[in-house]
Amino acid sequence: MRPEVALPVLLPLLSGALSLMFWRSRPMQRFLAVAGNVALLGVSLWLFVEVLGDGYITMQMGSWPAPFGITLIADMLSAVMILLTGIIGLAMGIYSLAATGRGHEKFGYYPLMHLLLAGVAGAFLTGDIFNLYVWFEVMLVASFALLILGGERAQMEGAIKYVTLNLLASVIFLTAIGLLYGTVGTLNMADIALRMDQVEHAGMVEVLAVMFMVAFGIKAAAFPLFFWLPASYHTPPVAVSALFAGLLTKVGVYSLFRVFTLIFDQTMDYLQEIMLWGAVFTMVTGVLGAATQYEFRRILSFHIVSQIGYMILGLAIYTPLAIAGGVFAIMHNIVVKTNLFLISGITHRLQGTYQLKKMGGLYRQRPWLAVAFFVSAFSLAGVPPLSGFFAKFVLIRAGLEAEAYVATGFALAVGLMTLYSMVKIWNEVFWKALPEDNLVPAAQTPVGDDGRLLKPSLWLMYLPVVVLAFISLLIGVFAEPIMQVMNIIGDQLFAPDGYIEAVLGAPGDTEATVVEPLELDAEAVREPGEELP
Amino acid sequence: MEPLMALAIGLLYATAIFMMLRRSIVKLVIGLLLLSNAANLLIFTTAGMTRGAPPLIPEGMSQPLGQVADPLPQAVVLTAIVIAFGVLAFAVVLIRRAYEIVKADDLDKMKDTDT
Repeated sequence: MRPEVALPVLLPLLSGALSLMFWRSRPMQRFLAVAGNVALLGVSLWLFVEVLGDGYITMQMGSWPAPFGITLIADMLSAVMILLTGIIGLAMGIYSLAATGRGHEKFGYYPLMHLLLAGVAGAFLTGDIFNLYVWFEVMLVASFALLILGGERAQMEGAIKYVTLNLLASVIFLTAIGLLYGTVGTLNMADIALRMDQVEHAGMVEVLAVMFMVAFGIKAAAFPLFFWLPASYHTPPVAVSALFAGLLTKVGVYSLFRVFTLIFDQTMDYLQEIMLWGAVFTMVTGVLGAATQYEFRRILSFHIVSQIGYMILGLAIYTPLAIAGGVFAIMHNIVVKTNLFLISGITHRLQGTYQLKKMGGLYRQRPWLAVAFFVSAFSLAGVPPLSGFFAKFVLIRAGLEAEAYVATGFALAVGLMTLYSMVKIWNEVFWKALPEDNLVPAAQTPVGDDGRLLKPSLWLMYLPVVVLAFISLLIGVFAEPIMQVMNIIGDQLFAPDGYIEAVLGAPGDTEATVVEPLELDAEAVREPGEELP
Repeated sequence: MEPLMALAIGLLYATAIFMMLRRSIVKLVIGLLLLSNAANLLIFTTAGMTRGAPPLIPEGMSQPLGQVADPLPQAVVLTAIVIAFGVLAFAVVLIRRAYEIVKADDLDKMKDTDT
């Protein structure tokens, strides 16, 4: 029994449930938002340390043996993603205290935030493909509700696109699961991986692989399936934007990494080419889209798309080093991108707008905010010695080793274009003087329900920004030990035997692994541990 | 039975996609509804349709006699139906609110956030 595998899912569910019980008590919900997420971060650290020691930690839910019950498994990739979820969760919990309006708090902002985190953590930890679908839906439903909190026109329009395309992706995912179950007769991912080699109908495997690629591609916002993202991510309250930007698309990328290294590794021969060009076009269209925008959060939204390209590039090159680089990119991007959205929230609070043209002069007003932005933005662009540089360095080195010269060239060029966008924001928001037509401080002094002026408790917004910028710096400074962890991930994903063994036990250990697919109907209800006929 | 189901499922998918491609948001939601039903039927069918053989173990034995129906896809479909139900309930409320705010049942009038 290893409770640390289940706790990252159970804790946010518990905080969410408690938060719902205290529906009318704003102070209690706010307390839970911080306390629950502190606990989540603590548990995720515990899980990370344990995984670092043991390699794999599994837990069979309800003590049903592996291919029959639902397995929770944490390998190094899951542990790192859970750790990042914990960090972002806590940052959002604190930031929301100051950034979320009373109206939003009243309509269940905090419970939804906890449920979203539970869904994300569940998706990272589950070892069962249908369970992965369920966690995706938990996450999606919470995100739908968060997205329309406030009910402005832009939010409704964004939400319709977001909901439609994400539901479409879910149905494609569900269809693929159905066909997969019909083909291999199991839902446990490790068991599927074992049986995939015995499937005679090669065409079926290819169809399945492509269906999973499309479904997760929509959720990860990869080219040409990303249009829902820049249409919706700039519409909700900024804390919600930041949470989405940090975690949601990365769950899609995580699923791509998991499924295509574990289950469909044999189809990578020809899917590699598609993914490689998909990644290149994702990078390029994202960064070009950002270049035409003059709205702070829309620029950042397009950069999410662009950065997704780097992560998928890591998977597409498909060497242990490239996968390590891809995961490095995910890790760095979660921290940095969330931080940039948080900073956009602060500048909005200070200047009352997201339009770059109307902003300015913040370098003089708030030099430390400028420094935090500088660190995050240049890290995103990949300037050494910040975190983004190492992610890009590893990816590009892997690309050169794999002789994918064109894709590598694009990755470098997109880095420059990213720098251009970031310099544009820097110039407009921080460097140039404040334009005279900015009718600022309306947003600076929020008014409470009783008509009194609320203190714009900005330090609560600054705290997570400074900490995340610091983490980004730390990732750059301690790149060597982090790279060792990434290499473990690369090796683990590239040789999934350890994963399969951790879930199903060593070959010959239980009869569960030698069940013939054809006899499944009778076998599925066989008592565990009993003799085979 | 399987060929008939396959035809029905194919028809459902086709109808759903046709509905989703139309401009009206109401038809969009109808499309989503049909799409999730199609997926549920597909899971039900691909797992094999065994007739009249419930997965019950006779008294005094430790395993069922002969071929029995696989209970897992039915559990999966049940879960999927519940999820689809919840999500679609949300989608219906969403289009109602969107209609109230935008005052149009037309996706082409909802382009404010695209540019």
